[in-house]
Amino acid sequence: MTEGLRARIRVDRSPTFSLDIELAIAPGETVALLGHNGAGKSTTVEAIAGLARVSAGQIAVNGRVLDDGGNIFVSPAQRKVGVVFQDYLLFDHLSVQENLGFGATEAKATRVAEQLGISDLLSMSPRQLSGGQQQRVALGRALAIEPDLLLLDEPLAALDVETRTATRRTLAEHLRQFQGPKLLITHDPADAFLLADRIYMMENGRITQSGTAEEIRQKPATSYAAAVAGTNLLHGTNDNGTLTLADHPHTLQTSDVQMAGDVLITIHPRAVSLHPAQPHGSPRNTWLTTVAAVEPLGDTTRILLAAPLPISVDITPASTASLGLAPGVQIWASVKATEIRASPTGER
Amino acid sequence: MTAPRTPSRAPRALVVLSLIGGTLFVLPLLGLLTETPWSRLGSILSDDIVVDALVLSAVTSIAAAVLSALFGVPIAWVLSRLQFRGRAIARAIVTLPMVLPPVVGGAALLFALGRNGLIGGFLNDVTGFSPFSVWGVILANTFVAMPFLILTVEGALNGIDRRHEAAAQTLGATDLEVFRRITLPMIAPSLKAGLLLAWARSLGEFGATITFAGNLQGRTQTLPLAVFVNLQSADREPALAISLILVAISLTVLVSLRDRWWGAR
Repeated sequence: MTEGLRARIRVDRSPTFSLDIELAIAPGETVALLGHNGAGKSTTVEAIAGLARVSAGQIAVNGRVLDDGGNIFVSPAQRKVGVVFQDYLLFDHLSVQENLGFGATEAKATRVAEQLGISDLLSMSPRQLSGGQQQRVALGRALAIEPDLLLLDEPLAALDVETRTATRRTLAEHLRQFQGPKLLITHDPADAFLLADRIYMMENGRITQSGTAEEIRQKPATSYAAAVAGTNLLHGTNDNGTLTLADHPHTLQTSDVQMAGDVLITIHPRAVSLHPAQPHGSPRNTWLTTVAAVEPLGDTTRILLAAPLPISVDITPASTASLGLAPGVQIWASVKATEIRASPTGER
Repeated sequence: MTAPRTPSRAPRALVVLSLIGGTLFVLPLLGLLTETPWSRLGSILSDDIVVDALVLSAVTSIAAAVLSALFGVPIAWVLSRLQFRGRAIARAIVTLPMVLPPVVGGAALLFALGRNGLIGGFLNDVTGFSPFSVWGVILANTFVAMPFLILTVEGALNGIDRRHEAAAQTLGATDLEVFRRITLPMIAPSLKAGLLLAWARSLGEFGATITFAGNLQGRTQTLPLAVFVNLQSADREPALAISLILVAISLTVLVSLRDRWWGAR
């Protein structure tokens, strides 16, 4: 008997799109399936939840075969796959308590509510809840059936940017408490990096790479993986547009002045430019640094910078050559304040 | 560019035409109100003919609405959810009574369920059913009213977000539980509207009833039938009184449904 989720899913949806992927998730492990819209993520959700059949392959949880594309098909009601849907799909005609207890006993619903810290919402209607609260009710409803597998379909996409970061943090805590395998479907690299132990990169119905965030960051297999993995995530505090970084002796200027306090900072690798001499003009963020590594990624080259701010920068191979970039070379880096995004971390 | 909410100057031609057209609706109402013998209204309304018709109409129209829901909701569900050959034809057949002249509907019922009809003799032998009874009235009413409920409910079933049903399934609900605990509550407002429409249609039913169930006071003579009969007799006052009741009921239904059909203003 094999513990956790084992799935080989083939779905032939149309002449132009087919899904063909293999997934394995151990008990307790959180794995992200990261891809663009149209990569086949929702088809994957439907297949695992039992809302659509696979054309071929096999889906098994803890050794129990749920669908083999042939004679075996376990109905969604019998699967014990807890699903947190993209926009939560709470039942508006029922109270929070009745939502939590929809597939479980009242006692279990009450216990889950305590675990998730939503006991004070039980008598309310889902319509009265904030986005973050709705998400917790949706998670609680799925957990209350004591599922063998937890499936989260874009659990943060319905939230606005501010609540998203805070909710992501509490979601991470709650996910740690669930002992079964967890599959997180997302298009947002931040979700994948911050919530998952391992990531499957998905493009056009295929898994193009799998590994830890660090592995994908170091050796992205496709240009999509490179773009995703290169996104620089930093922690710091924002004081009226001046960002003091938590882990590096450096400050940055951002145009996101209204996000005060602890923030999550994202810098896209293409937003950073490199110059042989100190640049003049508009960019408020310029600093002298050294090249730590040069990684060719096909049509772009990823430059890893060393202290004071170790981030990745994507430039063309031509620029790499003309700047003579190699490990140890001194270089000026610059990035516009408008390209540095700050969002609250939820630690208040 | 958006049009202003109220034009600064209403085109005069539109206003004039709408006023002329409006008189078509207002005049009959005025005729009814002025002819009504208000002082003797109480005694007329307690007349046997009127009371019998009132009770019969109340019973049969409510029964028809309930039967319409009992069978109409499953029919709407089948039309909305199941893929099968001939679905378009099936939908046409169950909504045919909406466009069919009711007299033709009544005649068709008679050919099927009358004493000499397709299965009428057999039905009479086994159950004692006769068209000329309360049951005949209920059947005729249901035949004419159910399409309204089916159309309303099927529209609602097609309109709700079906992913809620999927979510319920993943929580362990069987298909019937999904229908009872999710689908039905989600379409409840439309079901209520459908019930009201079906009931109002039954209440006003004339052609199918008189053709199929006849016109027997106390047994099959509903309010509209009583109006018709009394208009042709020397004493037209009961007809006026009953018409007044029907107008009052119809207006009440329309006003209570107004928000659903045109949106609250």
